[in-house]
Amino acid sequence: MKVEDLYQEIILDHYRSKHHSGLREPYEAEVHHVNPTCGDEVWLRVHMVGDTVSDVSYESMGCSISQASTSVMTDLVIGHDVAHGLGLYEEFLTMMQGKGQIEPDEDRLEDGVAFAGVAKFPARVKCALLGWSAFKDAVARTQSASS
Amino acid sequence: MVLDGGPEYPVTTDLSDAAAGSLALAEEPIAFDVEAIRADFPILERMVDGSPLIYLDSANSSQKPRVVVEAIEDHYLNHNANVARAMHVLGAEATEAFEGARAQLGQFINARSSEEVVFTKNASEALNLCAYTLGASLRPGDEIVISVMEHHSNIVPWQLLAQRTGAVLRWFDVTDEGRLDLDKAAAEGLVNERTKIVSVAYVSNVLGTINPISQIAALGHAVGATLVVDASQAVPQLAVNVADLGADLVAFTGHKMVGPTGIGVLWGRYDLLAVLPPFLGGGEMIEVVTMAGSTYAPPPHRFEAGTPPIAQAVGLAAAAQYLSAIGMDQITAHEHDITAYALEGLRGLRGLKVLGPDQPVARGGAVSFTLTTPDGQPIHPHDVSHLLDSRGIAVRGGHHCARPLHERFGVQSSTRASFYLYTTRAEIDALIEGLEYTSAFFGGLR
Repeated sequence: MKVEDLYQEIILDHYRSKHHSGLREPYEAEVHHVNPTCGDEVWLRVHMVGDTVSDVSYESMGCSISQASTSVMTDLVIGHDVAHGLGLYEEFLTMMQGKGQIEPDEDRLEDGVAFAGVAKFPARVKCALLGWSAFKDAVARTQSASS
Repeated sequence: MVLDGGPEYPVTTDLSDAAAGSLALAEEPIAFDVEAIRADFPILERMVDGSPLIYLDSANSSQKPRVVVEAIEDHYLNHNANVARAMHVLGAEATEAFEGARAQLGQFINARSSEEVVFTKNASEALNLCAYTLGASLRPGDEIVISVMEHHSNIVPWQLLAQRTGAVLRWFDVTDEGRLDLDKAAAEGLVNERTKIVSVAYVSNVLGTINPISQIAALGHAVGATLVVDASQAVPQLAVNVADLGADLVAFTGHKMVGPTGIGVLWGRYDLLAVLPPFLGGGEMIEVVTMAGSTYAPPPHRFEAGTPPIAQAVGLAAAAQYLSAIGMDQITAHEHDITAYALEGLRGLRGLKVLGPDQPVARGGAVSFTLTTPDGQPIHPHDVSHLLDSRGIAVRGGHHCARPLHERFGVQSSTRASFYLYTTRAEIDALIEGLEYTSAFFGGLR
Protein backbone atom coordinates (compact mmCIF):
# COMPACT_ATOMS: atom_id res chain seq x y z
CA MET A 1 0.00 0.00 0.00
CA LYS A 2 1.33 3.38 -0.94
CA VAL A 3 1.50 6.04 1.70
CA GLU A 4 -0.55 8.38 -0.46
CA ASP A 5 -3.45 5.93 -0.05
CA LEU A 6 -3.13 6.36 3.70
CA TYR A 7 -3.66 10.07 3.41
CA GLN A 8 -7.12 9.93 1.88
CA GLU A 9 -8.78 13.17 0.93
CA ILE A 10 -11.31 12.73 3.78
CA ILE A 11 -8.45 12.64 6.29
CA LEU A 12 -6.70 15.68 4.82
CA ASP A 13 -10.00 17.59 4.73
CA HIS A 14 -10.70 16.93 8.41
CA TYR A 15 -7.07 17.81 9.24
CA ARG A 16 -7.25 21.14 7.41
CA SER A 17 -10.52 22.13 9.06
CA LYS A 18 -11.27 20.21 12.23
CA HIS A 19 -14.92 19.77 13.23
CA HIS A 20 -16.09 20.76 16.73
CA SER A 21 -12.62 22.04 17.64
CA GLY A 22 -12.14 24.27 20.70
CA LEU A 23 -12.96 23.76 24.39
CA ARG A 24 -16.53 24.65 25.39
CA GLU A 25 -18.76 24.89 28.44
CA PRO A 26 -20.62 23.18 29.95
CA TYR A 27 -18.93 19.82 30.51
CA GLU A 28 -18.92 17.09 33.14
CA ALA A 29 -15.48 15.66 32.48
CA GLU A 30 -12.20 16.85 30.96
CA VAL A 31 -9.23 14.62 30.15
CA HIS A 32 -5.72 15.19 28.85
CA HIS A 33 -4.21 12.42 26.77
CA VAL A 34 -0.67 12.32 25.43
CA ASN A 35 1.20 10.10 23.02
CA PRO A 36 4.56 10.09 24.82
CA THR A 37 6.58 8.94 21.84
CA CYS A 38 5.74 11.95 19.69
CA GLY A 39 4.24 14.44 22.14
CA ASP A 40 0.82 14.62 20.48
CA GLU A 41 -1.70 15.92 22.99
CA VAL A 42 -5.44 16.35 23.32
CA TRP A 43 -7.50 18.08 25.97
CA LEU A 44 -11.06 16.83 25.60
CA ARG A 45 -14.36 17.63 27.32
CA VAL A 46 -17.61 15.70 27.28
CA HIS A 47 -21.01 17.19 28.04
CA MET A 48 -23.83 14.74 28.72
CA VAL A 49 -27.56 15.38 28.80
CA GLY A 50 -29.06 12.23 30.26
CA ASP A 51 -27.65 9.39 28.19
CA THR A 52 -26.97 11.59 25.20
CA VAL A 53 -23.53 12.91 24.30
CA SER A 54 -24.55 16.53 23.92
CA ASP A 55 -21.10 17.91 23.11
CA VAL A 56 -17.48 16.86 22.71
CA SER A 57 -15.06 19.76 22.60
CA TYR A 58 -11.28 19.63 22.38
CA GLU A 59 -7.95 21.35 21.89
CA SER A 60 -5.29 19.22 20.31
CA MET A 61 -1.86 19.27 18.80
CA GLY A 62 -0.57 16.53 16.59
CA CYS A 63 -0.21 14.89 13.22
CA SER A 64 -2.82 14.77 10.47
CA ILE A 65 -3.95 11.27 11.48
CA SER A 66 -4.55 12.12 15.14
CA GLN A 67 -6.23 15.43 14.36
CA ALA A 68 -8.46 14.09 11.61
CA SER A 69 -9.42 11.03 13.64
CA THR A 70 -10.49 13.17 16.59
CA SER A 71 -12.49 15.40 14.26
CA VAL A 72 -14.29 12.43 12.69
CA MET A 73 -14.98 10.94 16.13
CA THR A 74 -16.80 14.08 17.28
CA ASP A 75 -18.99 13.99 14.17
CA LEU A 76 -19.93 10.40 14.96
CA VAL A 77 -20.68 10.63 18.67
CA ILE A 78 -22.21 14.07 19.26
CA GLY A 79 -25.99 13.98 19.49
CA HIS A 80 -26.14 10.23 19.95
CA ASP A 81 -26.71 7.91 22.85
CA VAL A 82 -23.50 7.29 24.81
CA ALA A 83 -23.79 3.51 24.26
CA HIS A 84 -23.72 4.17 20.50
CA GLY A 85 -20.50 6.21 20.88
CA LEU A 86 -18.79 3.57 23.01
CA GLY A 87 -19.86 0.90 20.51
CA LEU A 88 -18.26 2.89 17.70
CA TYR A 89 -15.11 3.20 19.80
CA GLU A 90 -14.95 -0.60 20.02
CA GLU A 91 -15.50 -0.94 16.27
CA PHE A 92 -12.87 1.66 15.49
CA LEU A 93 -10.42 -0.03 17.87
CA THR A 94 -11.06 -3.42 16.25
CA MET A 95 -10.44 -1.91 12.82
CA MET A 96 -7.19 -0.32 14.05
CA GLN A 97 -5.96 -3.57 15.56
CA GLY A 98 -6.90 -5.57 12.47
CA LYS A 99 -3.67 -4.95 10.53
CA GLY A 100 -5.79 -3.83 7.59
CA GLN A 101 -7.69 -7.15 7.38
CA ILE A 102 -10.99 -5.92 8.85
CA GLU A 103 -13.73 -4.66 6.56
CA PRO A 104 -15.31 -1.75 8.44
CA ASP A 105 -19.04 -1.01 8.41
CA GLU A 106 -19.31 2.22 6.44
CA ASP A 107 -22.92 2.79 7.52
CA ARG A 108 -21.78 3.02 11.10
CA LEU A 109 -18.24 4.44 10.93
CA GLU A 110 -18.94 6.84 8.02
CA ASP A 111 -15.82 9.02 7.49
CA GLY A 112 -14.06 6.79 10.02
CA VAL A 113 -13.59 4.08 7.38
CA ALA A 114 -10.99 6.33 5.76
CA PHE A 115 -8.68 5.28 8.58
CA ALA A 116 -8.79 1.58 7.63
CA GLY A 117 -5.45 2.03 5.86
CA VAL A 118 -3.83 3.37 9.04
CA ALA A 119 -4.09 -0.11 10.54
CA LYS A 120 -1.41 -1.24 8.10
CA PHE A 121 1.08 1.16 9.67
CA PRO A 122 1.59 0.03 13.29
CA ALA A 123 3.46 3.22 14.19
CA ARG A 124 0.41 5.30 13.31
CA VAL A 125 -2.31 3.31 15.07
CA LYS A 126 -1.70 5.20 18.31
CA CYS A 127 -2.16 8.47 16.42
CA ALA A 128 -5.58 7.40 15.15
CA LEU A 129 -6.67 6.24 18.60
CA LEU A 130 -5.61 9.33 20.57
CA GLY A 131 -8.92 11.23 20.40
CA TRP A 132 -11.07 8.09 20.63
CA SER A 133 -9.27 6.95 23.79
CA ALA A 134 -9.70 10.39 25.30
CA PHE A 135 -13.44 10.26 24.53
CA LYS A 136 -13.83 6.84 26.14
CA ASP A 137 -11.91 7.98 29.21
CA ALA A 138 -13.95 11.18 29.53
CA VAL A 139 -17.21 9.25 29.26
CA ALA A 140 -16.05 6.84 31.98
CA ARG A 141 -15.34 9.82 34.22
CA THR A 142 -18.77 11.35 33.69
CA GLN A 143 -20.30 7.98 34.55
CA SER A 144 -18.21 7.46 37.70
CA ALA A 145 -18.91 11.07 38.73
CA SER A 146 -22.68 10.62 38.40
CA SER A 147 -22.85 7.19 40.07
CA MET B 1 41.64 -7.54 50.00
CA VAL B 2 40.23 -9.91 47.42
CA LEU B 3 39.35 -13.35 48.70
CA ASP B 4 39.02 -16.61 46.83
CA GLY B 5 36.27 -16.46 44.30
CA GLY B 6 36.66 -12.73 43.91
CA PRO B 7 37.42 -11.06 40.62
CA GLU B 8 40.36 -12.48 38.76
CA TYR B 9 40.71 -9.83 36.12
CA PRO B 10 43.94 -8.55 34.72
CA VAL B 11 43.15 -5.68 37.03
CA THR B 12 45.16 -2.81 35.66
CA THR B 13 45.90 -2.13 32.07
CA ASP B 14 48.20 0.78 31.48
CA LEU B 15 46.97 2.30 28.28
CA SER B 16 50.01 4.40 27.39
CA ASP B 17 51.47 1.75 25.04
CA ALA B 18 48.12 1.10 23.46
CA ALA B 19 47.61 4.82 22.95
CA ALA B 20 50.97 5.04 21.25
CA GLY B 21 49.82 2.24 18.96
CA SER B 22 46.74 4.15 17.86
CA LEU B 23 48.91 7.20 17.23
CA ALA B 24 50.96 5.13 14.82
CA LEU B 25 47.74 4.24 13.01
CA ALA B 26 46.77 7.87 12.74
CA GLU B 27 50.06 8.74 11.06
CA GLU B 28 49.07 6.85 7.95
CA PRO B 29 45.48 7.82 7.32
CA ILE B 30 43.69 5.76 4.73
CA ALA B 31 41.84 8.03 2.29
CA PHE B 32 38.20 8.35 3.41
CA ASP B 33 36.13 6.40 0.91
CA VAL B 34 32.44 6.51 1.73
CA GLU B 35 31.55 3.82 -0.82
CA ALA B 36 34.11 1.43 0.68
CA ILE B 37 32.71 2.17 4.13
CA ARG B 38 29.16 1.53 2.95
CA ALA B 39 30.25 -1.89 1.73
CA ASP B 40 31.01 -2.77 5.37
CA PHE B 41 27.34 -2.18 6.31
CA PRO B 42 25.16 -4.85 4.65
CA ILE B 43 21.92 -3.19 5.77
CA LEU B 44 22.64 -0.20 3.54
CA GLU B 45 21.93 -2.43 0.52
CA ARG B 46 18.37 -2.98 1.74
CA MET B 47 15.37 -1.97 -0.28
CA VAL B 48 12.36 -0.44 1.50
CA ASP B 49 9.14 -0.91 -0.44
CA GLY B 50 10.99 -0.78 -3.76
CA SER B 51 13.27 2.14 -2.86
CA PRO B 52 16.86 1.86 -1.66
CA LEU B 53 17.15 2.51 2.07
CA ILE B 54 18.38 6.01 2.91
CA TYR B 55 19.17 5.85 6.61
CA LEU B 56 19.28 9.34 8.13
CA ASP B 57 18.56 8.34 11.74
CA SER B 58 22.02 7.56 13.08
CA ALA B 59 21.71 9.93 16.04
CA ASN B 60 18.92 7.61 17.14
CA SER B 61 20.86 4.41 16.50
CA SER B 62 23.68 3.80 14.06
CA GLN B 63 23.94 0.84 11.69
CA LYS B 64 26.51 -1.91 12.32
CA PRO B 65 29.44 -2.96 10.17
CA ARG B 66 29.91 -6.65 9.47
CA VAL B 67 33.01 -6.84 11.74
CA VAL B 68 30.96 -5.89 14.80
CA VAL B 69 28.28 -8.49 14.13
CA GLU B 70 30.94 -11.11 13.40
CA ALA B 71 32.83 -10.34 16.61
CA ILE B 72 29.63 -10.94 18.61
CA GLU B 73 28.87 -14.11 16.65
CA ASP B 74 32.41 -15.43 17.14
CA HIS B 75 32.21 -14.75 20.85
CA TYR B 76 28.92 -16.61 21.28
CA LEU B 77 29.89 -19.48 18.99
CA ASN B 78 33.45 -20.05 20.23
CA HIS B 79 34.24 -18.34 23.54
CA ASN B 80 31.01 -18.00 25.49
CA ALA B 81 31.03 -18.38 29.29
CA ASN B 82 30.45 -16.15 32.27
CA VAL B 83 33.23 -13.80 33.26
CA ALA B 84 35.35 -13.60 36.39
CA ARG B 85 34.03 -16.70 38.09
CA ALA B 86 34.35 -19.72 35.85
CA MET B 87 37.54 -21.71 36.42
CA HIS B 88 37.80 -23.14 32.92
CA VAL B 89 39.20 -22.25 29.53
CA LEU B 90 36.07 -20.62 28.19
CA GLY B 91 35.66 -18.64 31.40
CA ALA B 92 39.19 -17.35 31.03
CA GLU B 93 38.67 -16.49 27.37
CA ALA B 94 35.40 -14.68 28.06
CA THR B 95 37.00 -12.76 30.93
CA GLU B 96 39.94 -11.81 28.78
CA ALA B 97 37.64 -10.68 25.99
CA PHE B 98 35.50 -8.62 28.37
CA GLU B 99 38.43 -6.97 30.13
CA GLY B 100 40.18 -6.56 26.77
CA ALA B 101 37.10 -4.68 25.57
CA ARG B 102 37.37 -2.41 28.59
CA ALA B 103 40.99 -1.64 27.68
CA GLN B 104 40.01 -1.02 24.05
CA LEU B 105 37.28 1.43 25.06
CA GLY B 106 39.63 3.15 27.48
CA GLN B 107 42.13 3.60 24.70
CA PHE B 108 39.41 4.88 22.35
CA ILE B 109 38.59 7.79 24.66
CA ASN B 110 42.16 8.17 25.97
CA ALA B 111 41.43 7.13 29.56
CA ARG B 112 44.45 6.90 31.84
CA SER B 113 43.65 3.30 32.71
CA SER B 114 41.03 0.72 31.90
CA GLU B 115 39.87 0.86 35.53
CA GLU B 116 38.26 4.18 34.67
CA VAL B 117 35.86 2.45 32.28
CA VAL B 118 32.59 1.13 33.74
CA PHE B 119 30.26 -0.89 31.51
CA THR B 120 26.55 -0.17 31.91
CA LYS B 121 23.55 -1.23 29.86
CA ASN B 122 23.25 2.15 28.12
CA ALA B 123 23.96 5.87 28.57
CA SER B 124 20.77 6.32 30.58
CA GLU B 125 21.96 3.80 33.14
CA ALA B 126 25.37 5.50 33.23
CA LEU B 127 23.70 8.85 33.96
CA ASN B 128 21.45 7.29 36.60
CA LEU B 129 24.56 5.77 38.15
CA CYS B 130 26.07 9.28 38.33
CA ALA B 131 22.94 10.78 39.86
CA TYR B 132 22.56 7.98 42.40
CA THR B 133 26.18 7.84 43.56
CA LEU B 134 26.96 11.57 43.47
CA GLY B 135 23.62 12.19 45.12
CA ALA B 136 24.58 10.23 48.23
CA SER B 137 26.35 13.32 49.58
CA LEU B 138 23.77 15.96 48.56
CA ARG B 139 21.91 18.00 51.19
CA PRO B 140 18.75 20.11 50.96
CA GLY B 141 19.55 23.43 49.28
CA ASP B 142 22.48 22.07 47.27
CA GLU B 143 22.14 22.82 43.58
CA ILE B 144 22.34 20.66 40.49
CA VAL B 145 22.79 22.44 37.15
CA ILE B 146 21.77 20.93 33.81
CA SER B 147 20.66 22.58 30.56
CA VAL B 148 17.39 22.97 28.70
CA MET B 149 18.91 21.20 25.68
CA GLU B 150 19.36 17.88 27.50
CA HIS B 151 17.98 14.54 26.44
CA HIS B 152 15.37 13.30 28.94
CA SER B 153 17.96 10.83 30.24
CA ASN B 154 20.05 13.76 31.48
CA ILE B 155 17.01 15.49 33.01
CA VAL B 156 14.87 12.90 34.75
CA PRO B 157 17.62 11.24 36.88
CA TRP B 158 18.46 14.68 38.28
CA GLN B 159 14.80 15.51 38.92
CA LEU B 160 14.47 12.26 40.83
CA LEU B 161 17.65 13.05 42.77
CA ALA B 162 16.40 16.54 43.63
CA GLN B 163 13.12 15.05 44.87
CA ARG B 164 14.98 12.51 47.02
CA THR B 165 17.44 14.92 48.58
CA GLY B 166 15.79 18.34 48.63
CA ALA B 167 18.46 19.64 46.27
CA VAL B 168 17.44 22.33 43.77
CA LEU B 169 17.55 21.63 40.03
CA ARG B 170 18.55 24.60 37.85
CA TRP B 171 19.49 24.83 34.18
CA PHE B 172 21.34 26.71 31.47
CA ASP B 173 19.02 28.32 28.91
CA VAL B 174 19.96 28.35 25.23
CA THR B 175 20.21 31.32 22.88
CA ASP B 176 17.87 31.56 19.91
CA GLU B 177 20.76 30.20 17.82
CA GLY B 178 20.76 27.08 19.97
CA ARG B 179 23.97 27.69 21.92
CA LEU B 180 24.20 27.42 25.71
CA ASP B 181 23.49 30.92 27.06
CA LEU B 182 26.58 31.35 29.20
CA ASP B 183 26.09 35.14 29.52
CA LYS B 184 22.63 34.71 31.00
CA ALA B 185 23.98 32.00 33.30
CA ALA B 186 26.73 34.35 34.50
CA ALA B 187 24.26 37.19 35.03
CA GLU B 188 21.93 35.08 37.15
CA GLY B 189 24.73 33.34 39.07
CA LEU B 190 23.59 29.95 37.84
CA VAL B 191 26.79 28.18 38.87
CA ASN B 192 27.62 29.25 42.41
CA GLU B 193 28.97 28.02 45.74
CA ARG B 194 25.81 25.92 46.26
CA THR B 195 26.35 24.06 42.97
CA LYS B 196 27.49 20.49 43.61
CA ILE B 197 26.87 18.88 40.24
CA VAL B 198 26.83 20.20 36.68
CA SER B 199 25.62 17.79 33.99
CA VAL B 200 25.43 18.76 30.32
CA ALA B 201 25.49 17.21 26.87
CA TYR B 202 28.67 17.41 24.86
CA VAL B 203 26.69 17.46 21.60
CA SER B 204 22.93 18.16 21.46
CA ASN B 205 20.90 15.30 19.99
CA VAL B 206 18.40 17.79 18.56
CA LEU B 207 20.28 20.95 17.66
CA GLY B 208 23.63 19.37 16.88
CA THR B 209 25.32 22.07 18.97
CA ILE B 210 28.76 21.18 20.33
CA ASN B 211 28.99 22.63 23.82
CA PRO B 212 32.17 24.22 25.23
CA ILE B 213 32.87 21.53 27.82
CA SER B 214 36.21 22.88 29.06
CA GLN B 215 34.63 26.28 29.68
CA ILE B 216 31.79 24.67 31.63
CA ALA B 217 34.30 22.52 33.50
CA ALA B 218 36.17 25.66 34.55
CA LEU B 219 32.91 27.23 35.80
CA GLY B 220 31.96 24.13 37.75
CA HIS B 221 35.37 23.31 39.15
CA ALA B 222 35.86 26.90 40.33
CA VAL B 223 33.04 26.25 42.84
CA GLY B 224 34.02 22.66 43.59
CA ALA B 225 31.22 21.05 41.55
CA THR B 226 31.52 17.71 39.77
CA LEU B 227 31.06 17.84 35.98
CA VAL B 228 29.10 15.04 34.33
CA VAL B 229 29.02 14.99 30.53
CA ASP B 230 26.49 13.14 28.40
CA ALA B 231 28.67 12.32 25.41
CA SER B 232 26.21 9.98 23.68
CA GLN B 233 26.19 12.10 20.51
CA ALA B 234 29.85 13.13 20.80
CA VAL B 235 31.79 9.89 21.08
CA PRO B 236 30.42 8.56 17.76
CA GLN B 237 31.41 11.68 15.83
CA LEU B 238 34.37 13.32 17.58
CA ALA B 239 37.75 12.15 18.85
CA VAL B 240 36.83 12.47 22.54
CA ASN B 241 39.81 12.74 24.85
CA VAL B 242 38.59 12.33 28.42
CA ALA B 243 42.04 13.13 29.83
CA ASP B 244 41.84 16.68 28.43
CA LEU B 245 38.10 17.27 28.38
CA GLY B 246 37.78 18.65 31.89
CA ALA B 247 34.86 16.38 32.79
CA ASP B 248 34.84 14.19 35.88
CA LEU B 249 32.35 11.64 34.57
CA VAL B 250 31.44 10.93 30.93
CA ALA B 251 28.53 8.76 29.77
CA PHE B 252 27.97 7.34 26.32
CA THR B 253 26.29 4.43 24.60
CA GLY B 254 27.43 1.65 22.29
CA HIS B 255 24.69 1.50 19.71
CA LYS B 256 25.20 5.03 18.40
CA MET B 257 28.89 4.32 17.62
CA VAL B 258 28.32 1.35 15.30
CA GLY B 259 28.31 -0.99 18.31
CA PRO B 260 25.55 -3.21 19.67
CA THR B 261 22.58 -2.25 21.83
CA GLY B 262 22.57 -3.28 25.48
CA ILE B 263 25.86 -1.68 26.45
CA GLY B 264 26.92 1.79 27.54
CA VAL B 265 30.00 3.24 29.15
CA LEU B 266 30.64 5.46 32.11
CA TRP B 267 34.13 6.86 32.24
CA GLY B 268 35.18 8.46 35.51
CA ARG B 269 38.34 9.94 36.98
CA TYR B 270 39.67 7.05 39.03
CA ASP B 271 40.09 9.03 42.23
CA LEU B 272 36.45 10.11 41.98
CA LEU B 273 35.15 6.60 41.17
CA ALA B 274 37.15 5.30 44.12
CA VAL B 275 35.15 7.39 46.60
CA LEU B 276 31.69 6.88 45.08
CA PRO B 277 29.36 4.42 46.80
CA PRO B 278 27.96 1.39 44.93
CA PHE B 279 24.96 1.81 42.62
CA LEU B 280 23.27 -1.56 42.09
CA GLY B 281 24.02 -4.42 44.47
CA GLY B 282 24.68 -8.01 43.44
CA GLY B 283 27.33 -10.42 42.31
CA GLU B 284 30.64 -9.14 40.94
CA MET B 285 30.49 -5.80 42.68
CA ILE B 286 31.42 -7.22 46.08
CA GLU B 287 34.56 -8.04 48.00
CA VAL B 288 33.26 -9.96 51.05
CA VAL B 289 29.60 -10.63 51.78
CA THR B 290 28.42 -11.68 55.25
CA MET B 291 24.87 -11.66 56.51
CA ALA B 292 25.80 -8.69 58.66
CA GLY B 293 27.12 -6.61 55.78
CA SER B 294 29.37 -6.47 52.74
CA THR B 295 32.43 -4.74 51.42
CA TYR B 296 32.69 -3.72 47.81
CA ALA B 297 35.07 -4.26 44.95
CA PRO B 298 37.16 -1.34 43.74
CA PRO B 299 36.14 0.45 40.53
CA PRO B 300 35.19 -0.37 37.88
CA HIS B 301 33.66 -3.64 39.16
CA ARG B 302 32.01 -1.92 42.12
CA PHE B 303 29.54 -0.47 39.61
CA GLU B 304 28.92 -3.64 37.61
CA ALA B 305 26.53 -5.81 39.60
CA GLY B 306 25.55 -9.12 38.05
CA THR B 307 26.61 -10.74 34.81
CA PRO B 308 27.65 -7.85 32.57
CA PRO B 309 26.89 -7.43 28.84
CA ILE B 310 29.82 -9.62 27.78
CA ALA B 311 29.13 -10.25 24.10
CA GLN B 312 28.04 -6.64 23.77
CA ALA B 313 31.37 -5.49 25.19
CA VAL B 314 33.16 -7.65 22.62
CA GLY B 315 31.03 -6.07 19.89
CA LEU B 316 31.64 -2.57 21.21
CA ALA B 317 35.39 -3.16 21.25
CA ALA B 318 35.18 -4.21 17.61
CA ALA B 319 33.22 -1.03 16.90
CA ALA B 320 35.84 1.15 18.57
CA GLN B 321 38.54 -0.64 16.62
CA TYR B 322 36.63 -0.15 13.38
CA LEU B 323 36.16 3.58 13.97
CA SER B 324 39.81 3.98 15.03
CA ALA B 325 41.04 2.24 11.90
CA ILE B 326 39.12 4.71 9.74
CA GLY B 327 40.20 7.56 12.02
CA MET B 328 37.89 9.64 14.17
CA ASP B 329 39.29 12.86 12.67
CA GLN B 330 38.33 11.65 9.20
CA ILE B 331 34.85 10.72 10.42
CA THR B 332 34.46 14.19 11.97
CA ALA B 333 35.58 15.80 8.70
CA HIS B 334 33.12 13.71 6.68
CA GLU B 335 30.24 14.55 9.01
CA HIS B 336 31.14 18.21 8.77
CA ASP B 337 31.12 18.05 4.98
CA ILE B 338 27.78 16.22 4.84
CA THR B 339 26.19 18.50 7.45
CA ALA B 340 27.33 21.64 5.61
CA TYR B 341 25.94 20.22 2.37
CA ALA B 342 22.63 19.35 4.05
CA LEU B 343 22.27 22.75 5.75
CA GLU B 344 22.85 24.44 2.40
CA GLY B 345 20.21 22.28 0.73
CA LEU B 346 17.69 22.73 3.53
CA ARG B 347 18.12 26.52 3.49
CA GLY B 348 16.82 26.47 -0.08
CA LEU B 349 13.48 24.92 0.93
CA ARG B 350 10.55 27.25 1.42
CA GLY B 351 8.78 26.72 4.74
CA LEU B 352 11.71 24.89 6.32
CA LYS B 353 13.22 26.22 9.53
CA VAL B 354 16.28 24.66 11.14
CA LEU B 355 16.29 24.51 14.96
CA GLY B 356 19.69 25.49 16.27
CA PRO B 357 22.86 26.47 14.44
CA ASP B 358 22.15 26.74 10.70
CA GLN B 359 25.82 27.17 9.85
CA PRO B 360 28.20 24.20 10.01
CA VAL B 361 30.22 25.69 12.87
CA ALA B 362 30.70 23.89 16.21
CA ARG B 363 27.88 21.51 15.43
CA GLY B 364 27.55 17.81 14.84
CA GLY B 365 25.68 15.82 12.24
CA ALA B 366 22.10 16.08 13.49
CA VAL B 367 19.77 18.63 11.89
CA SER B 368 16.26 19.17 13.25
CA PHE B 369 13.72 21.33 11.49
CA THR B 370 10.10 22.25 11.09
CA LEU B 371 8.33 22.31 7.73
CA THR B 372 5.23 24.02 6.38
CA THR B 373 3.24 23.72 3.19
CA PRO B 374 3.90 26.36 0.49
CA ASP B 375 0.97 28.37 1.93
CA GLY B 376 2.44 28.27 5.43
CA GLN B 377 0.46 25.48 7.12
CA PRO B 378 2.67 23.50 9.52
CA ILE B 379 3.22 19.86 8.59
CA HIS B 380 3.52 17.58 11.59
CA PRO B 381 6.85 15.68 11.83
CA HIS B 382 4.96 12.37 11.95
CA ASP B 383 3.49 13.17 8.58
CA VAL B 384 6.86 14.35 7.23
CA SER B 385 8.64 11.21 8.39
CA HIS B 386 5.87 8.95 7.10
CA LEU B 387 5.99 10.50 3.64
CA LEU B 388 9.79 10.26 3.62
CA ASP B 389 9.60 6.65 4.80
CA SER B 390 7.44 5.82 1.81
CA ARG B 391 10.45 6.87 -0.29
CA GLY B 392 12.85 4.73 1.74
CA ILE B 393 14.16 7.69 3.74
CA ALA B 394 14.42 7.03 7.49
CA VAL B 395 14.36 10.14 9.70
CA ARG B 396 12.97 10.75 13.18
CA GLY B 397 9.88 12.81 13.89
CA GLY B 398 8.80 13.90 17.36
CA HIS B 399 10.46 15.56 20.32
CA HIS B 400 13.54 13.30 20.21
CA CYS B 401 13.40 12.80 24.00
CA ALA B 402 14.00 16.53 24.43
CA ARG B 403 10.58 18.02 25.10
CA PRO B 404 11.79 20.99 27.19
CA LEU B 405 14.07 22.08 24.37
CA HIS B 406 11.19 22.01 21.89
CA GLU B 407 9.11 24.05 24.32
CA ARG B 408 11.99 26.54 24.56
CA PHE B 409 11.81 26.98 20.78
CA GLY B 410 8.03 27.21 20.84
CA VAL B 411 7.43 24.09 18.78
CA GLN B 412 5.76 20.85 19.77
CA SER B 413 8.05 18.61 17.79
CA SER B 414 10.44 18.51 14.86
CA THR B 415 11.82 16.26 12.15
CA ARG B 416 15.43 15.24 12.54
CA ALA B 417 17.85 14.00 9.90
CA SER B 418 21.14 12.73 11.30
CA PHE B 419 24.23 11.62 9.44
CA TYR B 420 27.20 9.38 9.98
CA LEU B 421 30.31 8.03 8.33
CA TYR B 422 28.28 6.16 5.72
CA THR B 423 26.03 9.08 4.64
CA THR B 424 26.45 10.32 1.08
CA ARG B 425 25.65 13.60 -0.66
CA ALA B 426 23.29 11.70 -2.94
CA GLU B 427 21.28 10.71 0.15
CA ILE B 428 21.04 14.36 1.15
CA ASP B 429 19.78 15.18 -2.35
CA ALA B 430 17.09 12.51 -1.93
CA LEU B 431 16.10 14.01 1.43
CA ILE B 432 15.72 17.49 -0.06
CA GLU B 433 13.66 16.11 -2.94
CA GLY B 434 11.53 14.12 -0.49
CA LEU B 435 10.88 17.21 1.61
CA GLU B 436 9.86 19.21 -1.47
CA TYR B 437 7.43 16.46 -2.35
CA THR B 438 6.09 16.31 1.21
CA SER B 439 5.49 20.04 1.31
CA ALA B 440 3.65 19.97 -1.99
CA PHE B 441 1.63 16.88 -1.00
CA PHE B 442 0.27 18.37 2.19
CA GLY B 443 -0.21 21.69 0.47
CA GLY B 444 -2.73 19.94 -1.75
CA LEU B 445 -0.54 20.40 -4.83
CA ARG B 446 -0.06 16.70 -5.60
